[in-house]
Amino acid sequence: MNPVTYKKIGAEDIENLNRIIPDRTRIHVGDAIHPDYQHDELHALTGVPEILIEPISANETAAVVKYAASNNIPITPRGQGTGLVGGAVCLHGGIMLSLQKMNRILELDEDNVILTVEPGVLLMEITEYLEHKMLFYPPDPGEKSATIGGNISTNAGGMRAVKYGVTRDFVRALEVVLPDGEIVTLGGKVAKNSSGYSLKDLIIGSEGTLGIVTKAFLRLLPLPGVVTSMLIPFPDLDSAIATVPKIMKARQIPTAVEFMQKEVITAAAEYLGRQFPDSSSSAYLLVSYDGPTREFVDLALDEAAEIALANGAIDAFYSDTPERQDAVWKTRGTFLEAIKASTTEMDECDVVVPRSEIAAFIKFCHGLQEQYGVRIMSFGHAGDGNLHIYALRDNLGDDDWLSKLHNVFEAMYQRAKQVGGKVSGEHGIGYAKKNFLEESEVPEISRLFSQIKKAFDPRNIMNPGKVAG
Amino acid sequence: MNIIVLIKQVPLSSDIGMDEETGVILRESGNTKMNPYDLYALETALRIREKAGGKISVLTMGPPQAEQVVREAYMMGADYGYLLTDRAFAGSDVLATSYALSQALTHIGIGDLIICGKQTTDGDTAQVGVECSEFLGIPCITNVKRIIDIQPDAVTIESDMGMTIEHARITYPCLIAVDKDIYQPRLPSYRKKKATALLPVEKITLNQLKDQNTTRYGLTGSPTQVIKIFPPSRTSTHEIWEGEHLGRRLFALLRDGKHLQENV
Repeated sequence: MNPVTYKKIGAEDIENLNRIIPDRTRIHVGDAIHPDYQHDELHALTGVPEILIEPISANETAAVVKYAASNNIPITPRGQGTGLVGGAVCLHGGIMLSLQKMNRILELDEDNVILTVEPGVLLMEITEYLEHKMLFYPPDPGEKSATIGGNISTNAGGMRAVKYGVTRDFVRALEVVLPDGEIVTLGGKVAKNSSGYSLKDLIIGSEGTLGIVTKAFLRLLPLPGVVTSMLIPFPDLDSAIATVPKIMKARQIPTAVEFMQKEVITAAAEYLGRQFPDSSSSAYLLVSYDGPTREFVDLALDEAAEIALANGAIDAFYSDTPERQDAVWKTRGTFLEAIKASTTEMDECDVVVPRSEIAAFIKFCHGLQEQYGVRIMSFGHAGDGNLHIYALRDNLGDDDWLSKLHNVFEAMYQRAKQVGGKVSGEHGIGYAKKNFLEESEVPEISRLFSQIKKAFDPRNIMNPGKVAG
Repeated sequence: MNIIVLIKQVPLSSDIGMDEETGVILRESGNTKMNPYDLYALETALRIREKAGGKISVLTMGPPQAEQVVREAYMMGADYGYLLTDRAFAGSDVLATSYALSQALTHIGIGDLIICGKQTTDGDTAQVGVECSEFLGIPCITNVKRIIDIQPDAVTIESDMGMTIEHARITYPCLIAVDKDIYQPRLPSYRKKKATALLPVEKITLNQLKDQNTTRYGLTGSPTQVIKIFPPSRTSTHEIWEGEHLGRRLFALLRDGKHLQENV
């Protein structure tokens, strides 16, 4: 979009916004804004908000947006700030709208099996709330302290995507404040909907560039009685990955299929100060199944084990009790933190490629390590082709790091495009991946992106500088 | 070297049903597991065998379906398995259980080293191992957190006795009760499951024991009478701290709770 000159917030604006939000504890200006609000988990990108507002209702949110729209002030919505692409960073100053205080679980509709929540509810709070009601919300991104609003904004995925799908598959409806300050509900408590364009699905994954989610209606499923995993060691990554399509063709669909390599497991085990239950191999698949009974799940596990052994697995180990699941999955859940702790700075490539291309793609990325002299570590969702590949700065100097990072990422995204992949599997585009998105799509699609953005937000005040804005 | 590991089948999670009137735990089929503390005992045996060679037997007492934990031990690498099972043992308390196990151990031969876990997650008494050693008249060391050395005639261990860390050399035959986290237990293997599918689990009943006096076993042999049984109440408290120096305060709390140590 064309560059816009935004209005700087002055004393009069502060006074007017204070009238909308009379509670002074929920409106912060200048130095009173904690520095955490200047970045997300991608620390390399920073931006300073001029004012931080914490609404507690859709009406307050709408009133702030309306004021911003009529005064040409940019708005950056934000949840917990756990994003990895700079999506919740103010690039043009203006208003940072934190939805953290809109954190109520509003309704559990047991007849339609729908949970209605405000956007600031944390993923882990949803899990906890539903656990004893024998229900569950299947999307399972690694960052459990993220808000559901943030998850919806990035169309977050997670490990259970193989069987259940991603956030978009579990949102029935959204209440949204549009960029002109109007409140609309998109979708409904309905199981099917062929009524015109699915605007709800456009909002999901739009990273706050088309509107602000103020209420979400989430589809739930019955909680599976049993969840069991199998840790399968292979002599090398190639044979591990080559087995994945065969496991996917078995009679039961796995809940999750993760691949992991020894170096990442070792880093995570060291970070946690505990041992991983097996260290005999250099590459592993971690396959999970869920179902109503132990017998049902055991059948699936044994079938997966047979397939794995027939395809070169060294063995297959059961992770079938809470203690074993904890030993295995806690390590898996720490990969990102452990990699982060092993270096000075890092950036992540979150591409998704066809499952058949995973092994070749990882090999290609590790080849870049030698070629460019940057340490690279990876893990990811083998079941859905979504990889997490990290370039690690270690002791590289500023210029050296930036140029090597650029070259390495350029090579990775080009390769992903060649094999039919996409720039982001689950973390979104934000600011950091914007150029890569543009390079990866044909001009017709980039133009449609821009036109959609313009249709929703002609003034370009909603999270400007992100995705297609 | 002959090692015997004592194992027990326990409910899968602490979130179990319980009949508060009769005091009976409602055990659902398939909702059980090997006592997590016993996994450390079995892993210790497997590590010792890796170094010193020998054979590992596991012994459990329970109803016929407790065979499942012996099979699980096979999947982790045990060589032989015994299930002590007889209606006469039903309702045994710690004393009667320990006596029955010691009789079974005498029946199969006590070997060089008997290893058990610190406690079980259902009974929580941490007494069965110690009482077994007493009935067998062999030395016993509990709270073993490290195996320092294995010799042909003895094992040297490190034991955490709360106020002191003790190193001891203990000659065979002996019994050790190992602590949680002595080693990371390995996972059960699918290959071993297939390979041991036909391996028998030897059942031992009362009439095979040397002492067949029924007053020593089961309810009649149990001086402990359970008056009431109920799941432990769960308590969790939250504190919200505000103000300054919260990091220091958090550190002090963790230090006082012995979760962290101050480097002096």
